[in-house]
Amino acid sequence: MEAVRDLALEQAGEHHARRISTITLRIGSLAGVEPDALRFAFDVVMAGTLGEGAALVIEDVQAHAFCDVCQQTFPAHDGVCECPDCGAISRDLVQGRELQLASLDLDCDDDPLQS
Amino acid sequence: MCIDCNCGVPTHAHTHAHTHLELGQDLLSRNDTQAAANRSRFKAAGVPVINLLSSPGSGKTALLERMARDWGASHRIAAVVGDLATDNDARRLQNAGLRAIQITTGQACHLEAGMVQKALATLESDGIDLAALDLLVIENVGNLVCPSAYDLGESLRVVMLSVTEGEDKPLKYPATFHAADVVVISKIDLSAAVGFERSQALRHIAQVAPRARVVEVSAKSGAGMGELLAVLGLPILSPL
Ligand SMILES: Nc1nc2c(ncn2[C@@H]2O[C@H](COP(=O)(O)OP(=O)(O)O)[C@@H](O)[C@H]2O)c(=O)[nH]1
Ligand SMILES: [Mg+2]
Ligand SMILES: [Zn+2]
Ligand SMILES: [Zn+2]
Ligand SMILES: [Zn+2]
Repeated sequence: MEAVRDLALEQAGEHHARRISTITLRIGSLAGVEPDALRFAFDVVMAGTLGEGAALVIEDVQAHAFCDVCQQTFPAHDGVCECPDCGAISRDLVQGRELQLASLDLDCDDDPLQS
Repeated sequence: MCIDCNCGVPTHAHTHAHTHLELGQDLLSRNDTQAAANRSRFKAAGVPVINLLSSPGSGKTALLERMARDWGASHRIAAVVGDLATDNDARRLQNAGLRAIQITTGQACHLEAGMVQKALATLESDGIDLAALDLLVIENVGNLVCPSAYDLGESLRVVMLSVTEGEDKPLKYPATFHAADVVVISKIDLSAAVGFERSQALRHIAQVAPRARVVEVSAKSGAGMGELLAVLGLPILSPL
């Protein structure tokens, strides 16, 4: 996905990185993005940039919804927002739509410990 | 090998620093900013905007043709159509009497807010004033996967499935259904022929699209178009 490359390269540029070693994404199960498709596209999208050869780490965020009746949060497996205890349908998704660049690991030219 | 990274440089011979940046940046922030700009434009113009999503062949274009036929005399409707390579849909809609702008996405499998912004510029240069419209429908690329991640600035997201696609369809695409404001079940004239299990489909929709209102239509017969008008929150207008 181009957005990953663009954001990562922007940060790498700001930090005068020589290379991006790891790109960590945070992807909710209801974000509308297939992690496998991202993994598949990753090498091609990064080729020829500072991110070429970088490792891609994906942190999956399981969707959770809040049940008003039971006053509890439950995991919405496969996006099903039905409370496992009382069967009520929740309209209150508390997590699961995240689509973020979580962190970056960069190799920078100047090593403060050695210079 | 360096143990901190996979740079291949022996640890003792490091001449570079490893920097770890915690970011938490939204990947689609550029699209979201553009979508917000579109939304405020639509709001200023007072025009409701629908982002219509479905698999290819569910009947998005047919529904638009039916809207033109049933509502066109009383409502000023325009359409923006995203399609791969061909411009058939836009032509179908123009033949039905709608003002329609084609967005040719090339390889892209979804519309983005910036593409809609460009289409709005085309609408305007064609002399169509947003503020003079009663409804703008964006027919997204036929695909139930990635269009769901891209806000276009719409006021209503409408996800459509036809009775021929099976009652399980919502469970296969929960991310797309979850973001729906309205779910349209289409081609209900074919329900009996395909043995459509209506209550099962409604149950699945409720499970993965808990916020959505559901409306059942046939673009072929026109059944359900009155309910659709109400669910979309459009006023009943007298002929222009
Ligand atoms: N029987 C029936 N067929 C429909 C209906 N709506 C669409 N179709 C047919 O389904 C096919 C795909 O429709 P189209 O509008 O092009 O789907 P789109 O790809 O979602 O835009 C066409 O052959 C239509 O004639 C309907 O309400 N009833
Ligand atoms: Mg179409
Ligand atoms: Zn409960
Ligand atoms: Zn290293
Ligand atoms: Zn796409």
